Amino acid sequence: MTATFKKIPLYVIALLLLVFTGFPFLYMLSTALKDQSSFFEAPFSFFTSFNLENFASVFEMGLTRYFFNSILISFLAVIIVMFIASLASYPLSRMKFKFNRVLFLIFISGMMLPIHATLIPIFKLTENIGLYDTLWALLGPYIAFSLPISIFILTQFMQEIPKSLEEAAKMDGCTHFGVFWRVILPMLTPALMTVLIYNFIHLWNEFIFALVLISSPESMTLPLGLQDFRGEFSVNIPGLMAALTLASLPILMIYLFSQEKVVKGLAGGAVKE
Amino acid sequence: MQTLVNKMARSRTMSKSKTKSTNVKFRDALTILLFIAPAFIVYAVYVLYPIFSTFRYSLHAWDGMSEMTFVGFANYIQLFQDAVFWTSLTNNAWVVIVSVFVQIPLGLLMALMLFAPIKGIRFMSSVYFFPFLMSTVAIGLLWVLMYDPINGIINQLVTLLGFESVSWLSQADTAMFAVLLVVVWQFAPFYMILFKAAIVGIPEELYEAAKMDGANALTKFIHITLPMLMPTIVSSSILAIVGSLKAFDIFYIMTGGGPNHGTELMGTYMFKQAFINFNMGYASAIAFLMFFIALVVTIIIQMLDFYRKKRGAYS
Repeated sequence: MTATFKKIPLYVIALLLLVFTGFPFLYMLSTALKDQSSFFEAPFSFFTSFNLENFASVFEMGLTRYFFNSILISFLAVIIVMFIASLASYPLSRMKFKFNRVLFLIFISGMMLPIHATLIPIFKLTENIGLYDTLWALLGPYIAFSLPISIFILTQFMQEIPKSLEEAAKMDGCTHFGVFWRVILPMLTPALMTVLIYNFIHLWNEFIFALVLISSPESMTLPLGLQDFRGEFSVNIPGLMAALTLASLPILMIYLFSQEKVVKGLAGGAVKE
Repeated sequence: MQTLVNKMARSRTMSKSKTKSTNVKFRDALTILLFIAPAFIVYAVYVLYPIFSTFRYSLHAWDGMSEMTFVGFANYIQLFQDAVFWTSLTNNAWVVIVSVFVQIPLGLLMALMLFAPIKGIRFMSSVYFFPFLMSTVAIGLLWVLMYDPINGIINQLVTLLGFESVSWLSQADTAMFAVLLVVVWQFAPFYMILFKAAIVGIPEELYEAAKMDGANALTKFIHITLPMLMPTIVSSSILAIVGSLKAFDIFYIMTGGGPNHGTELMGTYMFKQAFINFNMGYASAIAFLMFFIALVVTIIIQMLDFYRKKRGAYS
């Protein structure tokens, strides 16, 4: 009896945290399910109506396009990053050469860099190569700004792979690329998963490059499209809530299906084993 | 692929009889070059070169389209006399302070709760992590609606408690607080997972030994958990400080730096000067200062960390 009594403060704290973190989501979903008139009649009632119309109208207004753009550019950038970051990490972690340490530091110092310090030159460059206001404008910046954390994760992981494996493969006549492709890369899978999850979630949510490099709706990514919806839905609050719910859904679904992996992936950059 | 590798392997055995060491050396150099080149080229074009360009632009008066005029350090001089810049710098400092002293302790509390022996904690811990998964734009818009003076749920609670409803985001004295609360809401879960990983790593024997000595929960926390978490607290603080200097999205979405520059950050001010006023030279000066501050802070943190480790080695 006293044991349960003692636990009451724990329950109180846990529930307070639950309300603090979870309440905005409930409010968002509950409001998204109301039609306009029932929202104005009772803006604070919870789950009193279940109207899916808002979701349909959000799709009609072009949310599908934003979804498609976001998925395409995030995946493409992440796949390229996984490949070129692994390539670069191989000599950086496993070979001795003159500028190894300096190069590594130059790469990982990108993690500290404020994006603003590159914004105007990247804007000018994008204009000059004719990519301004296309989805492809984002590819270069997305790859470049994902490289530091990816190289950081991958080099740490590669250092742990025993040298003897590599030497055995070399005895069999493998080149460096052969060693990389057939010995190292298959062993990298867990680290590559971390790189994939971390970068995908960050690119999916990326806002400032999209804001600066894209202006027309057909090239917009999801975060930029949402910001655009804000004007269109200025009076239709349930509609905007439906858009926010739909935009948050994919990552939440991925998280619910593979919680461990997502948590590990997001912590990956910061947790050193 | 297979045949290519075989071919390369064969050519390697054939060349063995020749000057072996120079050949291998040349091959290694070529490998290093080819392996690093793709990443380095992209990185140089989109990260390294732009930093130099930003500095070059910052020495010019430029609207982004017509010819640049060299003005030396005039932009920087003007910047240091610009009250808005100092406001934004102060606001950035507030973000740093709140991140380190509110966000991180809250993250630690959340992580500790994950280990509490209560029912339903598995479910709760999943929910605790939700805010960090939502896109910043969605978070910003959601909270703008929640803070709304007429239809917002927060003001409903405020009036329910018998107070006047507050225009949280359009009053200078509440706007900063209101946005910082959202920043805490978004990022506390991130620190929760960092602390969770660290708590799992604390050896169980330490707690058992303390239990034998009759230590209670609080003493165990102060004498075991907290010291063992020190490295995580330090690295979390580094992430929080560096992240705060870069803050932009949530402020841009929620207030756009207003009201009357009350929530202006270096990031939002730079964006306005560059892409709304087209003062590209002036904006570049702000951007370069942001880079410079981040650089200095990073170097100071690295040095402190270096001395901390060095001292640790002798104690």
